[in-house]
Amino acid sequence: MILALLFDTLLAVAMIVVAVWMISVKNAFAAIIDFMVFGLLLALAWLRIEAPDVGLTEIAIGSGATGVILLRARGLARDRDEMSATPSIGFKILVGALCGGVTLGLAALVLMPPDPAPTLAYAAAENLHLTGVGNPITAVLMAYRAFDTFLETVVVLLALLGVWSLTPDRFWGGRPGPAPAASVPAPLTFLAQWLVPLGVLIGIYIFWIGADEPGGKFQGATILAAMWVLLMMAGLTDAPPVTSRRLRAALLVGPAVFMAVGIAGFWLAGDFLAYPPDFAKPVIIVIEAAMLISVAAALGMLLAGPPMRESEP
Amino acid sequence: MSLILDLFTIVCVAIGLIFFAAGTTGLLRFPDALTRLHALTKADNLGLGFVVLGLLPQTGSLFDALKLVLVWMLVQFAGATGAQLVAMVLRKEGGGK
Amino acid sequence: MTFPFDTATLYGLVGALLIGIGLFGLIVDPKPIRKILAFNLIGAGVFLFFGVVAKRGAGAGFGGDPIPQALVITGIVVAFSATALAVTLVQRLSQEEAAASDADGKDRP
Repeated sequence: MILALLFDTLLAVAMIVVAVWMISVKNAFAAIIDFMVFGLLLALAWLRIEAPDVGLTEIAIGSGATGVILLRARGLARDRDEMSATPSIGFKILVGALCGGVTLGLAALVLMPPDPAPTLAYAAAENLHLTGVGNPITAVLMAYRAFDTFLETVVVLLALLGVWSLTPDRFWGGRPGPAPAASVPAPLTFLAQWLVPLGVLIGIYIFWIGADEPGGKFQGATILAAMWVLLMMAGLTDAPPVTSRRLRAALLVGPAVFMAVGIAGFWLAGDFLAYPPDFAKPVIIVIEAAMLISVAAALGMLLAGPPMRESEP
Repeated sequence: MSLILDLFTIVCVAIGLIFFAAGTTGLLRFPDALTRLHALTKADNLGLGFVVLGLLPQTGSLFDALKLVLVWMLVQFAGATGAQLVAMVLRKEGGGK
Repeated sequence: MTFPFDTATLYGLVGALLIGIGLFGLIVDPKPIRKILAFNLIGAGVFLFFGVVAKRGAGAGFGGDPIPQALVITGIVVAFSATALAVTLVQRLSQEEAAASDADGKDRP
């Protein structure tokens, strides 16, 4: 018990040190790498407060995918480093006092918890058998709060639309990202050729196991998207043009199936997004599989960025 | 029997941690990028290898054990590729001294 | 020997500190990429804070209340989408600025 708390304290101190370093280090590249390290520590913290599903998501999306996106902009940060003026010491002290106040207020909330702690865990457990899935997180995402999850995939799509609409006019209809490099280092090609089949298998496994154990479509989709980006980096495949019909179909299949099942719920179960009893689990798996495709495609295209090349004739 | 297996776990994980400590020391103390890379990859492979080996008897099933070994192999694979790519960049830039 | 904190309280305090540190970076650092980083740090703190609420709501055989945990997963994905959009906006802005300063340079002899 003492040993566990000792570990928690060490981890907490490490997280704070890394966070302070991330804000204060001069070099933008170092700060981004630091952010990814921070994500790994944060995932450990999620395991310690018994949220393995969140830990997996933090590793895959919070640390990994977000880090990659930020690395895409690192050159930019370097360009602008000298251009920006630093605020005065007085301003910093003022802001420091403000932020200290916010932290103290939150800390007071942590130290004076409501008793008993509010919880929906019992309600979630009581109805778990109705959904047919064993992982309560998946039950929340796909049954109790399915509407939130539906809107969330729409948010991911909207972000992609936003990224695409920032395309300079002359590149519209082109392919995202820079043109594939003429010569790719041999180890990268080797990695892509051997890792991608295995990675696709692991991504689908993480999705499949999510019904009963920690895992799920978001984590699985991130692995699939990462494998896609690895193939693009190794020059084994090129990003599809943003006008590609197949790409657009892949992006839309998840929300479309979700919407269709939701409307079908009016006839089959009496309400929007209600699942017919006895068939809840197969319905959930069909929606999740369609969402896996859409989320993986959207994440992959978000990682690749807006079109940067003229469209081919 | 379980006492022997627990002892095996403790010894193997401890050896793994020593490799991690040695690798980290190398990362901090070695003079240039190539030797630091060397220290890091050695630590990852052998350190994680011993940790995984030590944890094998603690897994409930063969499937879980295979997953642990898979994790080790994936880290080896990624670490080796990453090290190669970093070394290639160093050579192109004429660094590595 | 008794510790003044349990695990959940400790990580709750870490969450509160992360929010403060991130907020400071967001306001003080003028560089857009660093602002996005600091914004993500605030997000991490808020999520951890919420995770502690989940941990305290443990019951019915679960290690934590699954509802806040699932909402945090949703939050992480949405934060990623927002970051991707923000980074692309900053990229486009700097392209436009570079083009504009090039044009200025040509106008003046």
